[in-house]
Amino acid sequence: MNIKEVIAVILIIAFFLCAYFLFPKPVEFSQTVSIILTILLALTLLVIGVMTFMGRYIERRVVFLFVGIALTLPFFMQFDLPVPISPEVQAAYDELEKLPEGSKVLAAFDYDPPSAPELQPMAVAFMKYAFQRGLKIIIMGLWPQGPQQADQAIQTAFEVIPELEDKIKYGRDYVNLGFQSGNEFVILRMGESFKAMFPTDIYNTPYDSIPILKNVKNYSNIDYCFNFSAGKPGTVEWVQGAVDRFNLKMSAGNTAVQAPMAYPYLQAGQLDGLMGGMAGGAEFEKLTEHYDKATVFIKSQSFAHAVVIVFIIIGNVAFFRGRRRKK
Amino acid sequence: MRREIPMAITFIVGFVFLFAYFIPHPPFNEFENTFNDSFSIIAAFAIWLGALNLIKISLVKIFKKKSDVLHSSFIVISFLVIVFFGFYDGIRGLYADPVFSFRDQGTGFNWLYEYVYSSLSATMFALLAFFVASASYRAFRARNLEATILLIAGILVMLGRVPIGDLMTGWLPDAFQISNWANWIMNIPNTAGQRAIMIGIALGLVSTSLRIILGLERAYLGGD
Repeated sequence: MNIKEVIAVILIIAFFLCAYFLFPKPVEFSQTVSIILTILLALTLLVIGVMTFMGRYIERRVVFLFVGIALTLPFFMQFDLPVPISPEVQAAYDELEKLPEGSKVLAAFDYDPPSAPELQPMAVAFMKYAFQRGLKIIIMGLWPQGPQQADQAIQTAFEVIPELEDKIKYGRDYVNLGFQSGNEFVILRMGESFKAMFPTDIYNTPYDSIPILKNVKNYSNIDYCFNFSAGKPGTVEWVQGAVDRFNLKMSAGNTAVQAPMAYPYLQAGQLDGLMGGMAGGAEFEKLTEHYDKATVFIKSQSFAHAVVIVFIIIGNVAFFRGRRRKK
Repeated sequence: MRREIPMAITFIVGFVFLFAYFIPHPPFNEFENTFNDSFSIIAAFAIWLGALNLIKISLVKIFKKKSDVLHSSFIVISFLVIVFFGFYDGIRGLYADPVFSFRDQGTGFNWLYEYVYSSLSATMFALLAFFVASASYRAFRARNLEATILLIAGILVMLGRVPIGDLMTGWLPDAFQISNWANWIMNIPNTAGQRAIMIGIALGLVSTSLRIILGLERAYLGGD
């Protein structure tokens, strides 16, 4: 690390500390300011494009700066973007809607904090919806951090809708069975016996003394399964191990990178529905009318995608210009 | 015997799983359950083995003053701190009334998880956005027909999967909306490609598994 980088880091920290103390309340630009800022951003990108065409290429730090601006600016801007519902998210929602009150839903949390910014808003929306619908949630994880992510999602749901905290009781309305090692072998074993893989919950309460698990022996006693997945083991393993073999009905919420891999299962009917990435979360929030983080984050993602596309175009301008000069 | 015993175990376990899939009745399903339980236990030990191995490597680096002493020290300190709080909160929770888990709100472990581990992990992952953007700018070029098709498909999916695509083309008829094009790309060409890859992997997996179970493939035992 050279002295310039140290100064840059200090300046960035100082900037954020100043912003934190100067603006204790969330800052929100008016709609006019938001439009002006968006136009300025677009004009700057246009200037960069023209400069590239003239032969003055930019360095990658400029790309970083613009992606940073595109990701952070929408948090302060007042505007709404249309969130159309994709057929796969609609299908997942419709299947959940069909479940009668008191249905037992297995929620498999197979992700960890690196993927949480993408999957956690989806998990929170799911928990809020499930608790309000009166669904009974059985939580488990094939990733060590999964059950803790579920706890955080429940905590956030209780904070956003305080009346849920009085209504929902641990052990009666939901249970957290924790993590079990063994990847797809856990899925297969649960087809025979849940208790064999989870003899106690995370509080060491014996399986048989948990009210929600009464009469739950294996998948045949589960009405639905929802898997939040960021990789392996995840949705693919659940489809191959539980859906194919034990006829478990299932939908999934995947990271945007992983979602394309689940499409063949979706078309084959092995998966009922699929929420892919932040967009899937925002769509589910819209369907459940619980607008929260995914709806906000998708604006940032939209801006970032637009900026990246502009830079790809600029990069191609530079490429073709360079090729023409060589000729 | 060092080769024969593992080969015999592989043969028995492989065939039990194979038969249990098609004949899910005793004794095959009972054997399968036993092997599944065994695998979970072995996997749990593997987690410990992995963690202890990481600590061993880090400690060797620190004591031999090799490169990355600073990083190795961070690994050891972080490991010890999180293990301490895990055990401390776990044991405290077991004897508390009401009982609580080391993962619950208010515990030191949860504080570290939520405000240190989660934030740092998310930050590391978020850096991808910047590197992907930079890589796209430098490498996503229309060099030939295939690259151009990939480029166009990439741009359509990037725009069509976020609301800005609908903002741009939402007023047009359905056939011209970017989100519909993105959905088509995901549902038709993407699914076809994914299926081809999956079928290829499955066929390779079946043939390799059979070779391993029958003892024809012995590379996993080490040596030749």
